[in-house]
Amino acid sequence: MSPRVVFPNKILPYALLLPQLVIVGIFFYWPASQALYQSVLREDPFGLRTTFVGMRNFQRVLADPNYLNAVENTAIFSIAVAFFAMSIALLLAVMADKIIKGKGIYRTMLIWPYAIAPAIAGMVWLFMFNPAMGTFAFMLRSAGYAWDPLLKGDQAMILVIAAAAWKQISYNFLFFVAGLQAIPKTLIEAAAIDGAGETKRFWTIIFPLLAPTTFFLLVINTTYAFFDTFGIIHAVTGGGPGKSTETLVYKVYHDGFVNLILGDSAAQSVILMVIVIVLTAIQFRYVEKKVHYG
Amino acid sequence: MSMKAYAAGLAATFTLLSASTALAQTQIDWWHAMTGANNEVVDTLAAEFNDSQDEYKVVPVFKGTYPETLNAGIAAFRANQAPHIIQVFDVGTGVMMAAEGAVKPVADILSMGGTEFDKSQYLAGIAAYYSRPDGTMLSFPYNSSSPILYYNKDVFEEAGLDPETPPATWPEVFEAAKKIKESGAAQCGLTSTWLTWIGLENFAAWNNLQYGTNENGLAGTDVELKINEGQFVTHFQNFADLAADDTFRYGGRTSEAKQLFLSGECAIMTESSGGLGDVINSGMNYGLGQLPYYPEAEGAPQNTIPGGASLWVFEGKSDEEYAGVAAFFDFLSQTEIQARLHQVSGYLPVTMAAYEATKESGFYEENPGREIPITQMMGKEPTENSRGVRLVNLPQVRDIQNEEFEKMLAGEQDAQTALNNAVERSNAAIQEAIGN
Repeated sequence: MSPRVVFPNKILPYALLLPQLVIVGIFFYWPASQALYQSVLREDPFGLRTTFVGMRNFQRVLADPNYLNAVENTAIFSIAVAFFAMSIALLLAVMADKIIKGKGIYRTMLIWPYAIAPAIAGMVWLFMFNPAMGTFAFMLRSAGYAWDPLLKGDQAMILVIAAAAWKQISYNFLFFVAGLQAIPKTLIEAAAIDGAGETKRFWTIIFPLLAPTTFFLLVINTTYAFFDTFGIIHAVTGGGPGKSTETLVYKVYHDGFVNLILGDSAAQSVILMVIVIVLTAIQFRYVEKKVHYG
Repeated sequence: MSMKAYAAGLAATFTLLSASTALAQTQIDWWHAMTGANNEVVDTLAAEFNDSQDEYKVVPVFKGTYPETLNAGIAAFRANQAPHIIQVFDVGTGVMMAAEGAVKPVADILSMGGTEFDKSQYLAGIAAYYSRPDGTMLSFPYNSSSPILYYNKDVFEEAGLDPETPPATWPEVFEAAKKIKESGAAQCGLTSTWLTWIGLENFAAWNNLQYGTNENGLAGTDVELKINEGQFVTHFQNFADLAADDTFRYGGRTSEAKQLFLSGECAIMTESSGGLGDVINSGMNYGLGQLPYYPEAEGAPQNTIPGGASLWVFEGKSDEEYAGVAAFFDFLSQTEIQARLHQVSGYLPVTMAAYEATKESGFYEENPGREIPITQMMGKEPTENSRGVRLVNLPQVRDIQNEEFEKMLAGEQDAQTALNNAVERSNAAIQEAIGN
């Protein structure tokens, strides 16, 4: 039992909490409640005619085959982004940890992409791989490979995954480097003396000890892939071709702000909110149990 | 883009602040989506109007892309902060028309300015597109364009085609495209921007084919699409066949394909007349031609329908403010302003007088091809099929059509299947949008 901290002043603790509460209130609870309210309404874009429809928006959204398609895309996209962003970052972090000379330069270089806005990252990849103007696209096509993400859904998906994962690698790298530094060198040296090879040392000592970092990054990367990749998808594919890169978040935007069906869009964001809450809860409940915080 | 928007917003804030010092003037807010050279035209027009009198002050504010501007206007209306004038692109026309009670017909406003409103002064095709079925003009046509054919004269020469005669019909275009590809004069023969606007909406009007029931939506909002029949299927099957070996190349859903033409990869392109500026700037040896048609289509070529954008006025402002809007629209309708707009920007003139004035000035002799979009639109009295397409959710329907085209061009389905799917999904979306 940890001792309870008691503030001498009754108001002070609340005053200290207030700024955070106000921020959460304005930027989360208020918009979230608006979404909940909108999700049971049917409205024209201008808000001239509003009718209460109960759960009909949810029924329609869930019965829409395009919604299922968006769920599939999101699953593929999120898993791929989290996997590649984390595994490549881990590899880079382990490698960077071994370098003796110029450690700082390598790390700084690897962290740089994080400073790039998602939409810009998307544009960079688009400029490289757009079949109409991209340098790499031109090289691929010249080499006889039918590269055309404007029409081929799987290629478009690869492109957005690459752009989204690339952008997140830096962030993951940063945390993995910090995690690696926290591992006592004595443990690794002891294992080395006992005759454990490099691979063995990594999988039996370093990787398990990195678990808290990995778990934290798993949560962060999933949320990132769900929400923060909108800019990349918007810039690179716009959800196309067909609907092959339309994720749940993109569909919320598209139905709400392009097609102007506010009720459906609100219902989708409510569903999305529930999905993320459930995912995070599962991650904390089950995955965390396996995490060793040392 | 967003930096630019911020900068524009910031500039607008300063303008607003400085404007409030001159209390006597009535301020008219004009939200628009014009970038680059066209943005300068907007600013110049507002400045000229403001200098021409001292009762009203027009304040133009850049609000981002067309859809962003429309969304900003809608959000502002919901928050009771609507501007006086908003520029809405052609596909948003149906959205605005359905918003009765949110917008004020331009015909009413123009007569509020004191001058009698005479619709016959305006180019018939354009005025009809922005009017209600009963003939009331709802918005003020600002920048109108029409799709035309662009071709690369150097490539034509190399492929052994006559660089001075553009192909006039689709079969001729396909023949030329194949020849270009086979001769190796260019990597691809043909491309097109806006497959929906050019390939469906204008294709229907130009070939005098029915796009949808209820006069393509002009006579009522309950529309069933008819684009999975006859020539539509033939046309898109031709595209799909040519796409198989890159004789036709797809650029994207809006005007991205222009890059393929400008880079010299594709030798023929159908694009909006508004895209002419970029083609001129590229310095290439280009030629212009009429939009191609199918000779077997009865009555073809009929007439094309306008694209571009128009200015809408929001409901709920004071009479004095509406008088200001009327004065500004009056100013924009002046022959010399319209003629100048048309000549510098490549947009169509809005009034007959401006067209005549440009003609007399000898502009079309000096700039061959610049009259094509106008003659295309005015050549014939429009039929039920060629007055335009209007759907309350045209942006959504275009997306659906684009999605099906993309699957078709990727070889996943043939034209008939693509158009069947497009019709089925569009019809369901239309029913949903009109509340059935």
